[in-house]
Amino acid sequence: MLAKLFEKLKLVWTVVNRPSVHYSLGFLTLGGFVAGVIFWGGFNTALEVTNQEKFCIGCHEMENNVYQELQSTIHFTNRSGVRATCPDCHVPHNWTDKIARKMQASKEVWGKVFGTINTREKFEAKRRELAEHEWERLKANDSLECRNCHNFDYMDFTRQSKRASQMHSTSLASGEKTCIDCHKGIAHQLPDMAGVEGF
Amino acid sequence: MNARKLISMVALLGLSFSIMAASVPEDKIDTLRLAPLNVEPTPPAMQQVINSDVKQVRNYPMQPPVIPHKIDGYQIDLKVNKCMQCHARTSTGHSQAPMVSVTHYMDRDNNFLADLSPRRYFCTQCHAPQLDAKLLVENDFVDIDHLIKATKPAKH
Ligand code: HEC
Ligand code: HEC
Ligand code: HEC
Ligand code: HEC
Ligand code: HEC
Ligand code: HEC
Repeated sequence: MLAKLFEKLKLVWTVVNRPSVHYSLGFLTLGGFVAGVIFWGGFNTALEVTNQEKFCIGCHEMENNVYQELQSTIHFTNRSGVRATCPDCHVPHNWTDKIARKMQASKEVWGKVFGTINTREKFEAKRRELAEHEWERLKANDSLECRNCHNFDYMDFTRQSKRASQMHSTSLASGEKTCIDCHKGIAHQLPDMAGVEGF
Repeated sequence: MNARKLISMVALLGLSFSIMAASVPEDKIDTLRLAPLNVEPTPPAMQQVINSDVKQVRNYPMQPPVIPHKIDGYQIDLKVNKCMQCHARTSTGHSQAPMVSVTHYMDRDNNFLADLSPRRYFCTQCHAPQLDAKLLVENDFVDIDHLIKATKPAKH
């Protein structure tokens, strides 16, 4: 059985290894190009699929915890009818960032397989750690995802509440603080905040 | 056997009379339910809370001040107290909010604690945001200042 398989593999190798006699160089180049386009497209399509909320809440870990909590917040329903979905806040739109995030997502597949957060209790126990990853990321990119929708340059302070405009025109305007410094827990419940700066 | 039957019949009869006596005509029942039991009326639209950031005058010295801002989504539970992000002693510098007064640090024996007293942890037990709604019942509360003024004999 094993020997047979080995024979087959050997045959395949010799075919692949032989210089092409039947196909022109031009055809091969063109074919390679087409294959490349298909591969690239497929890759991007895969990215598109994994960039939808449906994909995220396909996992009960995501659906039963954070998605339920999101539904009562302003980012789910509001007077303007604009919805923020999971990838709006969690996957950078910039392509290179996107790949970096997807690489990290492999960790989540690992977590799925080994059930790191597969019950509410485990999720709550790990929540501070997960939240800290997100805070770190948003702090590092100056809350890029928030700013994709909320552009500081177009904020009309006169239309904001006094509390909001006071903060936005000082600490935020000076660049001393970024959105996530003040707006933690905007989309989900907070973990135990003991020791977090500002709490 | 027969006597027992009789007794229970009489008891049942008595019971049904007492129930009849207890029932009151429909229009005499004061109820908050404005629709029949089996109908779920559409609730009136929720009003927006006042978010003016203007402090309200307290009606008496011990009154917990009303909240002059919205508190939508502010989490208060075992894990975190969102109010203290602004109202804690150490936060007032950046938030410019009034610090919770010293009574919030006192236990029931009037000892001062280092941190928020457990009996003052759940802020919304005592402090509430306000609506600009018409009063459901008239309020005849008279401020102590007015009472004092009214009882004082006119000096001139
Ligand atoms: C395969 C199931 C699965 C899918 C699909 C999934 N997640 Fe997760 N996610 C997990 C698990 C499991 C963890 C916990 C990983 C761990 O234990 O470190 C996690 C953790 C996270 C975290 C915490 C971040 C961190 O670095 O610790 C975020 C944010 C997150 N997911 C967002 C998303 C978003 C956005 C999507 C859709 C693009 C998504 N997830 C799709 C299972 C999934
Ligand atoms: C998909 C676009 C989008 C993204 C991404 C987004 N928001 Fe929003 N946000 C909105 C919309 C829409 C509203 C509601 C506007 C309205 O109708 O008042 C809103 C409202 C808010 C409010 C007002 C809450 C209130 O009670 O009035 C805050 C604060 C806020 N967002 C912070 C953030 C932060 C912080 C982030 C990043 C973690 C973020 N947003 C990401 C679209 C977005
Ligand atoms: C220094 C702290 C601080 C920073 C930094 C900050 N905010 Fe705010 N923001 C506040 C406060 C305080 C409020 C009013 C209270 C509340 O909504 O909880 C507020 C309110 C808002 C509102 C609602 C406006 C209103 O009139 O109620 C939006 C939208 C918002 N912030 C978005 C953002 C975005 C986007 C960023 C980053 C570009 C940001 N904020 C950075 C403190 C901050
Ligand atoms: C408006 C932006 C926003 C949206 C929309 C959003 N998140 Fe989050 N998410 C955050 C922020 C900010 C954090 C960091 C923790 C915090 O402040 O609550 C976070 C944290 C998380 C965490 C870490 C655990 C935790 O609770 O802190 C997971 C997992 C997660 N999000 C998944 C999701 C999923 C799945 C969706 C879609 C159903 C989603 N998020 C939608 C902003 C958002
Ligand atoms: C983002 C910061 C912030 C948060 C969070 C916050 N407050 Fe305030 N609060 C203020 C500021 C600033 C004022 C001063 C008046 C104003 O600007 O609204 C104030 C005023 C008040 C007052 C009126 C005090 C007086 O003397 O009249 C009360 C009561 C109050 N807040 C209670 C609460 C409660 C309860 C919570 C939590 C549910 C809360 N606050 C959360 C910033 C905050
Ligand atoms: C048991 C009821 C009770 C609870 C719970 C409570 N308070 Fe108070 N609060 C009061 C009373 C009464 C006053 C006014 C008299 C005083 O200062 O003690 C007050 C005063 C205040 C003031 C005004 C202080 C000043 O000096 O102007 C603020 C701000 C305040 N409370 C915030 C909070 C916050 C935030 C919480 C939650 C952490 C909270 N309170 C919990 C009863 C309460």
